[in-house]
Amino acid sequence: MFGLKQDWSLDVLPRYFTLDDYESSVPRWCAGCGDHGILTTVQRICRDKQLLPEKTVCVSGIGCSSRFPHYMSTYGFHGLHGRAFPVACGIKSRRPDLDVWVATGDGDCCSIGAGHWVHAVRYNMDMVAILFDNNVYALTKKQSSPTSQIGQSTNTHPKGAPLPPLNPSTTTLSITNCSFVAQTVDWNPVHMHETLKAAHEHKGFSFVRIFQRCPVFSEECFAEAQTDPDLVQLVEHDNGLQVSESGTRIYKNRRTHDPSDLVQAMAVSNQTDVLPIGLLYQNETMPIYNEYSSVGINSTPEDKINALNHQLDRFAI
Amino acid sequence: MSKATTKNGTAQTKPQTIDEHIVEIVCDSGEGAQKAGTLFATISAKMGNGIWTVEIIPAEIKPPARSREGASGNRIRVGSKEMTNAGDEANLVVALNEQVLYGRLSQDAYGPETTILLESVWATDPDANIRDAYTAALADFSARGLNVIELPIHEACSELMTDPRLGKNIFVLGILCYIYQRDTALAKQEIANIFAKKGEKVISTNHALLDAGVEFAIKHIPFTYTIPNMDVTDDQVVMNGNVAVALGVMASGMDMVSMYPITPATSASHYLAGVFDQAGGFVHQAEDEIAAIGFALGASYAGKTACTITSGPGMALKTEFIGLAVMSEIPIVIVNVQRGGPSTGLPTKVEQGDLLNAMYAATGDAPKIIMAPATIEESFYSIITARQLAEAFRTPVIVLTDANLATGQTLYKRPVTKEDWLAPPIDQSDWHAGTPAYAWNEETGISPRPIPGQKGGEYVLTGLAHTPESHVAYNPQANQVGCDMRSRKIAALEQTFTPPKVHGDESGDLLIVGWGSTLGAIEEAVDRARAKGHKVSSVHLRYLSPMEVGLEEIFAKFKKVMTVEINYSDPMGSVAHPRPSQLAMMLRAHLMQEVDFWSIVPGQPLGPNQIVGVIEDKLGTTKPSKKKNEKAGAGK
Ligand code: SF4
Repeated sequence: MFGLKQDWSLDVLPRYFTLDDYESSVPRWCAGCGDHGILTTVQRICRDKQLLPEKTVCVSGIGCSSRFPHYMSTYGFHGLHGRAFPVACGIKSRRPDLDVWVATGDGDCCSIGAGHWVHAVRYNMDMVAILFDNNVYALTKKQSSPTSQIGQSTNTHPKGAPLPPLNPSTTTLSITNCSFVAQTVDWNPVHMHETLKAAHEHKGFSFVRIFQRCPVFSEECFAEAQTDPDLVQLVEHDNGLQVSESGTRIYKNRRTHDPSDLVQAMAVSNQTDVLPIGLLYQNETMPIYNEYSSVGINSTPEDKINALNHQLDRFAI
Repeated sequence: MSKATTKNGTAQTKPQTIDEHIVEIVCDSGEGAQKAGTLFATISAKMGNGIWTVEIIPAEIKPPARSREGASGNRIRVGSKEMTNAGDEANLVVALNEQVLYGRLSQDAYGPETTILLESVWATDPDANIRDAYTAALADFSARGLNVIELPIHEACSELMTDPRLGKNIFVLGILCYIYQRDTALAKQEIANIFAKKGEKVISTNHALLDAGVEFAIKHIPFTYTIPNMDVTDDQVVMNGNVAVALGVMASGMDMVSMYPITPATSASHYLAGVFDQAGGFVHQAEDEIAAIGFALGASYAGKTACTITSGPGMALKTEFIGLAVMSEIPIVIVNVQRGGPSTGLPTKVEQGDLLNAMYAATGDAPKIIMAPATIEESFYSIITARQLAEAFRTPVIVLTDANLATGQTLYKRPVTKEDWLAPPIDQSDWHAGTPAYAWNEETGISPRPIPGQKGGEYVLTGLAHTPESHVAYNPQANQVGCDMRSRKIAALEQTFTPPKVHGDESGDLLIVGWGSTLGAIEEAVDRARAKGHKVSSVHLRYLSPMEVGLEEIFAKFKKVMTVEINYSDPMGSVAHPRPSQLAMMLRAHLMQEVDFWSIVPGQPLGPNQIVGVIEDKLGTTKPSKKKNEKAGAGK
């Protein structure tokens, strides 16, 4: 359906991208891993929005989920453990024309990269940050992560993780200048699609926590929520995500929440008996750092030389 | 450049003509010595003298008054030729209390040639402890052979100021203007400039203080000096090394500096933060040192080669990212304004202790380009070259300066700006189809770099071992090839080098090898030693990786080769296997030959006389015949 729209009108595009144009090598994630679905969803959004592959950059740290850029045929930066955010922010700082996506995990973002995460939220640069939250370090084979459940057995805590989990969304909501927080589950592609789409459309730093299945190392964490939809709470509102019936039908447990209400967003996010999914918070009025950092990107060589000469005048004897 | 117009009709003696003098103003912090020192240096430079100034920085932020560790002020070396270092013992010191002098004495700043003009108000202080301390110090100074002249500065300033403490600095400037026959009209102009924001009243008060200082000096000071001008016709600029680095960033066309506050590097970013926007640039203050380089690398990856400016502890934190930049071949300029280490070490003090850190601090083999400017002027130009090399060789470039360059100020020829220096605009043309992300040239290791936005160049940069296509590869061959190619770039750059110039004769008994900020002191020491008849020369290295070429041939013409550095080594012969200084260690490995070394870590720049002593020790001629020129600042 090249450029064919729902009303049967046709856009004549010089370049039209299909899903193929965003796909790279066959992902080497385990069968049943939630990452596959997240990847496909992002590729679909790229296709729907016709993002130029050469103007799209996927940035990641280290971990299973951080393999993400390798499976996209856009530009990618698979850097250091915990350090995706500074790199992504640096890319955006002088290249606001690039569409930046960050793939990070619960260890990458909330443990080794926690300092950068706090500041990336505060910088509020226009990008999508996807937290693949599988409650475990998977690439390094089953160590506790900051989001591991209390009592969850891992190789570092065989008798069960001793501490209650850190809540990444509540933490993000508490950071000054936070502008977008949403949650979804990898096993509901329709809901996940609407969530990531809204994140991409948001102007500012969009933080999306995806409860992600790792059938190999933390299957128990989301097993029940998959079989019993009542353990998932659908967060909805006129100003929230508009998800079609097919993505919401199974959820009886629903909560109306106005995403402009920050205090209430904390309360929704903080629930431990259910997995709340939906838009927790959105505010497009917060300062966006790349609007500040990119001032002057179009200055000419003449401007630069004039400025330099003017400065040298100051030091002239 | 006009003649001195100070009226000195009542001077007791005719001015003595001297080549140079080292002048210090020391006092408690907050008494304005920095301002007076800067003014004295500017006036001297404008009158045509060579200058080198350094700030004397107290060891604590708010030291108590009259404390030894509170010594604050300025050292100005002023002469009739280009000044390249802070010299040895001071010739003339103005001190506003006797305790701060102890702070400087402990740093060997003064000797028997030093004349001290000392504020005498403490002799009649209501507090007996202060009076006693003052009297005791005077006796001690005279026992040490210092020539002290007591001056009632406080009393004289009281006639003009309700709080004389606030006016002493400009009063002292008046004294110095008289002693060194400075142009008082020029001095008044500079005072008006520096106080421009404070309004007419402040300016006229300070003009009155300056005049009063001159009058006072005519009455109290029995000597005056004339320092002939340099013959300089070129336009000159005066600045410290950190400002030179910052201007170098602007001149290189890099338009982003990503930093985290750290002494003694921060002032470069401070300066840029105030002016960078005029060139379309931007200073990012990151959340930490790691993020500072990560942010810069992000910009560099996206085609805007960026710079990060830091010091030792920051380098330690950036190490992992530097390794990534080498591995994935991202151009970046990293400036390390070295300070004393290890750990927090000596934050405000000079050391050349991070050479091996720059060279080796990364996991695995991480070759990169390392440059070390030797002067403030080179600090400017090195950044322009660093950006070009980083992009041409697709690699990080580390520029090593230090606290001595960062805070010293001197004159150099005003750069004639060129558009060629600037980074070219980001290439957004279509990528050549079929060319992989790392199409390594087998001989040079160099490859063209796709920039996001270039259609057809899409690749995933990775810190994992990878193929030319940037595909993750764990096979033995791919890793070997990647390492080979990155190493090849260093060899390729080396091919473009010509041997460094030897200072002095090209053969002799001893060759001193140095790098970085010690250039001025080493060459001055070599000149003095040569004037005494010693067959000594020196060579100074600007590139440490790749290492300068032709060293085998240069070294072969000398009986002994010895590095002189400001970093730690076990003195030669002190233990069975002394740990060499850092450059010596590198040269030994690089040339596979014996290289001697001498190095210390006093947290201070080396003085020429100190190095002359080292040379004579090495040559076994510790009791040389007395000849001219051996003492810093001795009048002819
Ligand atoms: S280990 Fe877990 S997280 Fe990693 S790829 Fe396999 S299923 Fe996915």
